[in-house]
Amino acid sequence: MKPFRMLGRSIRDAFKSVIRNFSLSLASISCITITLIIVAVAVIASFNVQNFTKEIEKDMTIVVFLENDATEADVEEVKHKIDNISNVEKYTFQSKVEIKKQMQSESEVFNKVLEEWDENESPLKDTFQVKVKDIEKISATAEKIQAFNKVSVVRYGEGMVDKMVTAFSSIEKVTYGIVIALIIVTVFLIVNTIKLTISARKREISIMRLVGASNFTIKTPFIVEGMILGVFGSIVPIIISTYGYLAFYNHFDGHLFSELIQLIKPEPFIYTTSLIVLVIGIIVGMIGSASAVKKYLKV
Amino acid sequence: MDLVRIKNVEKKYKNGVTALYDLNLAIEKGAFVFVIGGSGSGKSTLIKMLYREEKPTKGQIIVGGLDVAKLKNRKVYKLRRKLGIVFQDYRLLPKQTVYENVAFALEVIGAKKDEIRVKVLKALEDVGLKHKLHEYPDHLSGGEQQRVAIARAIVNDPKLLLCDEPTGNLDPEMSMEIMKVLEEINNKRGTTIIMVTHDKDIVNKMKKQVITLKEGRLVNFKKKGTYNNEAI
Repeated sequence: MKPFRMLGRSIRDAFKSVIRNFSLSLASISCITITLIIVAVAVIASFNVQNFTKEIEKDMTIVVFLENDATEADVEEVKHKIDNISNVEKYTFQSKVEIKKQMQSESEVFNKVLEEWDENESPLKDTFQVKVKDIEKISATAEKIQAFNKVSVVRYGEGMVDKMVTAFSSIEKVTYGIVIALIIVTVFLIVNTIKLTISARKREISIMRLVGASNFTIKTPFIVEGMILGVFGSIVPIIISTYGYLAFYNHFDGHLFSELIQLIKPEPFIYTTSLIVLVIGIIVGMIGSASAVKKYLKV
Repeated sequence: MDLVRIKNVEKKYKNGVTALYDLNLAIEKGAFVFVIGGSGSGKSTLIKMLYREEKPTKGQIIVGGLDVAKLKNRKVYKLRRKLGIVFQDYRLLPKQTVYENVAFALEVIGAKKDEIRVKVLKALEDVGLKHKLHEYPDHLSGGEQQRVAIARAIVNDPKLLLCDEPTGNLDPEMSMEIMKVLEEINNKRGTTIIMVTHDKDIVNKMKKQVITLKEGRLVNFKKKGTYNNEAI
């Protein structure tokens, strides 16, 4: 088959070129390696931040206390209204009677104290626990519930948790920014490397054009060369990020600062990260070489 | 049948120099044509336009049915596959053997290995270099290097062979050797040959068609021409 034959030639030529221009190739491989190490760290950090945020968000609920004198009809009405809020994912309801029973069963002391109170004196209130779909709209949802009849107090994780989520999301944005900037720098480096290998092969390219090689045929070996540089450049970062993350995870017992911030389990995660690093390496190599070779394909 | 047809072609370079004015030409299949003229006559521009290294500013150039002036950059290879091109400076790959240099032209257009072998050997036989397959270009004389270049140009059985001063770097004896090879290719393979030269002896000895250019204009086109000093 002709396409396969041509591809075989391209790969052979690309390997030849990497070996022939060894010092130059080594230079770009090192550049890719350094970039990809930082990219790998950023990817790991960003995934973990996403994970923390998700875990924390999962635990965030709105707690709604009704007024003491709320009747069963009032409770039904509030239930109905909460159902109608679009941001509500689900809710649980505990009546004061249920709470009383639960508390009584939990401890002897509670049991005695609660026994003495009759229905009207009881400080216990009918309680809803509401989970929302979109955590960013939690305060708006809380305000809506606050406005309902017979609702006394509405609580959600204001303050600390809120701030943590915003802090994490800005950390995430910064890491993305750094990753993108680094990738651009690396692409430039590869463009220059491939340009040098091309200028060494200018004669060959001009002859190829003269004897009727299509642009595709001329381009492919260089693009393959870029991909090879990308693959070689991603080996060290993959090893470092894999073993580095394993060591990090084991050292901190799987969580950072407090139990609240859980790290992602290394098992499938490091494979995903390695794959991402490899793919970024290959794509960066490809883009770099494709743009370097473009200039030489004008007649 | 005309293989090359040039109609009202004008070439003006970006620096304002006009190399050719309103050129009209037709070259028939199987012809052997010399293009002569002094420096600045436009002969190099003419041949460069035939293989689409340069584009005409005005007019139409048809080579083997392809409208060269309208050919897009990425389609140029279609034209080049119909042509063989030989230069004064041979343009061989120094790190590859004679065989590899000739085979290169077929490899890059995706020919099969067996086909490459047969065609390369045939082309090298035609130029009389079958015994130097595994030599490197550096070990060959200028005339031999040029014959390798010719083998590379004809290996793909082109309809048209363009030669830009192929004997410019060679002594008279070697030049005649090259001319014999070209004449044989013209006779045996029926390849149309257009050759730019300023070598008076060659033109006079060969007695082929001669296109004379002067200052960008066609002076004459003779069937069995000689190198006329006055015209240039």
